Amino acid sequence: MSANPMIEVKNVYKVFGKVVALNGVSLNVFPGKVVVIVGPSGSGKSTLLRCMNHMEVESQGEVWVDGDLLNGDQKRLNRIRSEIGMVFQSFNLYPHLSVLENVTLAQRIVRKTNKVTAKEVAMQQLEKVGIAEKANAYPGQLSGGQQQRVAIARALAMKPKIMLFDEPTSALDPEMIKEVLDVMLLLVREGITMVVVTHEMGFARAAADEVVFMDFGQIVEHGTPGEVFDHPQHPRTQQFLSQILAH
Amino acid sequence: MNQNTSIEMNPTPVDLGKPGVKERLSRFPWWFVALILIAIATIYAIITQQNYSDAFNFIRIGLKITIQTTLYAFVFALFLGLITGLGRISKNVFFRNLATLYVEFIRGVPMLVLIFFIALVAVPAVVGSMNSLGHWIESMGWSWLAAPFLALENKAIDMNVRAIVALSVTYGAFLAEIFRAGIQSVSKGQMEAARSQGMSYAQAMIYIILPQAIRNVLPALGNDFVAMLKDSSLVSVLAVRDITQVARLYAGRSFRYEEAYTTLAILYLSMTIVLSLVVKYIERRVRQDER
Repeated sequence: MSANPMIEVKNVYKVFGKVVALNGVSLNVFPGKVVVIVGPSGSGKSTLLRCMNHMEVESQGEVWVDGDLLNGDQKRLNRIRSEIGMVFQSFNLYPHLSVLENVTLAQRIVRKTNKVTAKEVAMQQLEKVGIAEKANAYPGQLSGGQQQRVAIARALAMKPKIMLFDEPTSALDPEMIKEVLDVMLLLVREGITMVVVTHEMGFARAAADEVVFMDFGQIVEHGTPGEVFDHPQHPRTQQFLSQILAH
Repeated sequence: MNQNTSIEMNPTPVDLGKPGVKERLSRFPWWFVALILIAIATIYAIITQQNYSDAFNFIRIGLKITIQTTLYAFVFALFLGLITGLGRISKNVFFRNLATLYVEFIRGVPMLVLIFFIALVAVPAVVGSMNSLGHWIESMGWSWLAAPFLALENKAIDMNVRAIVALSVTYGAFLAEIFRAGIQSVSKGQMEAARSQGMSYAQAMIYIILPQAIRNVLPALGNDFVAMLKDSSLVSVLAVRDITQVARLYAGRSFRYEEAYTTLAILYLSMTIVLSLVVKYIERRVRQDER
């Protein structure tokens, strides 16, 4: 690991009112690596992910993205965010825009890409997630799985240095989870740097270079999938895994 | 208790067919038919009776002012309402409080009083401060820049213009609340998705939030347009010659109160019925488009 980390989270605390969501978290994400964050709900996984592009601003500590410290500078933050793709649990496609417009809008107004190029890039990405034939449909006409794939294409169209996934399959019907995970595995094979918060342990085992287990706002365990899933050291990890594997 | 169980055990088949004649008759909007009949009766009176046609021909002259005042005021109110609505949800303490002060002030004062206040106190005050600003600029030696400020003259401002300003400022506060509610009706994830792509707050508002918000509030805006048309009658207190004012003039001059005010009421009614139908149509379109 000689390269500099793509994302560097340094001793971050996040407090919501009286609730401590992150309690001193440090994590490095290196280029080309896939880091999967697991843990019980309310453990701070999503908060940690959302701190990585300042959708949530840490109460204390520092977040660095590719050598840039995230601070109050909005212009710089917008530039940095445009290089970080984010996929949400609830898709958050723009319902008043067609699929194609969803994928071209940020290219056009953030990157100032011309119309033709933006459309080309968008169609490439829609092709990749296997939904190019729906380019002129509206999000409301698509299934959940299709919407989430469009959301992934929308993020990829910005040619991000890193992709953040915030429970991308949690809002999906069971039969649609696979089509989204398949797209994500495709990205893993392409070598895109990814941070994924998920409850899909199968995906974590298959795709992750590193697995992070969080509980009570702290990183409890951090290692390869083999280390964390097969030989968990901490009793809380063992308990969590036994609960998940129980059903 | 016993009865209940017996009903449940012997369910009568539910008829899902078309509603019966009785049902349809009771659903029929009789009130609307009655309204149309009243309007037709009045129009008939206007055509056949000299007294009514005199009244109508006199009052009709005010239609242009009524429609003009309403349209201008609504356009300005939309603009003012949008800016104020954005101010109401702004994180900036100054803008948020300024917007809230404006809205609460307007909501707390009767509209009739507001019209007097804005037309006869606020407008002169603004003109006065513009003049002072002009004098100050002149004293700094930039007389070319001061000229437009000094040219403003309170007396020269027409009552029609004051009426439009008064209605705009009043309705701007009402529309601000509609816009605020519309913006807040768009899910939080939309703003997050836009910002996560690197859009600025303004870009996210313009391209993502407002298009959805405005579609959501279109019917509410339409209703306020109808309300504004009716409230435009209040500007008659400024001696603006809208249909209410000319009807008053006609009644006062001819002592034909019945003809004057019946015609006036029916004129408003015809306009609001037509507009309400337009609003209903928009509402249906918006609901159809909802995806």
